[in-house]
Amino acid sequence: MRSTSKDTRPVNLDIGTISLPVTAYASITHRVTGVVMFFASFLMLWALDMSLASEASFNNVAAILGSPLARFISWGIASVLTYHALAGIKHLIMDAGVGETMRGGVIGARIVFTLAIGAAAIWGVLIWRLQ
Amino acid sequence: MATSIISLRRTGLSDWLIQRASALVLLTYFILIACQLLGSVDYISWRGLFDQTWMKIFTLLAALSLAAHAWIGLWSVTTDYLTERLLGPKGKSIRLLCQIGTSSALIGYVIWIIVIVWR
Repeated sequence: MRSTSKDTRPVNLDIGTISLPVTAYASITHRVTGVVMFFASFLMLWALDMSLASEASFNNVAAILGSPLARFISWGIASVLTYHALAGIKHLIMDAGVGETMRGGVIGARIVFTLAIGAAAIWGVLIWRLQ
Repeated sequence: MATSIISLRRTGLSDWLIQRASALVLLTYFILIACQLLGSVDYISWRGLFDQTWMKIFTLLAALSLAAHAWIGLWSVTTDYLTERLLGPKGKSIRLLCQIGTSSALIGYVIWIIVIVWR
């Protein structure tokens, strides 16, 4: 890799100018949701810490998580994590040799997006109705 | 191939295996946590769950999986996008700083989880 870093040949693959297949959007979304989860982990650890510290602290964090903003953030984290997990499961299925063709990849990506949108809607209902 | 997948030297193949094994641990852990939170959870039952030895060990395993999984993922993302080609001559320094930042944060996460569970 190091030997190519001083390569001065032009790079012609300008992603902004080409029409990407749905598989590319699924891949980029998998990466973006992964980076989001790295930051969301901090919030989840904070909530876990607070919830286990004492009963008063548990009730405090429960009250905070009941607010509309916290519900929205919780819904966002749950939806992002669900997308990331579904895209990961798709990878495992493809590792097993299923859906490795371009057509299989497109179908897999569409299934992941559809299930993730459905899951986000279900998370919305569940989190809104909680407590 | 079979020997390189389990050797201590990090390879693309060992990253591939670690990424999938850690993913399965995290998926199982998050399903368990989601089921708990969606039921009627109170402090006694929540604390009781985390007081069990198997849950402490499972939580530690999930913490280590999170660190390994996030490191492999973020290493891939940083080496792909934080490059000299996209950021100019400072690309390498920015990439290294981000990698030091993310690895430190992940070590911090693991220590934090150990403190939470064994407090």
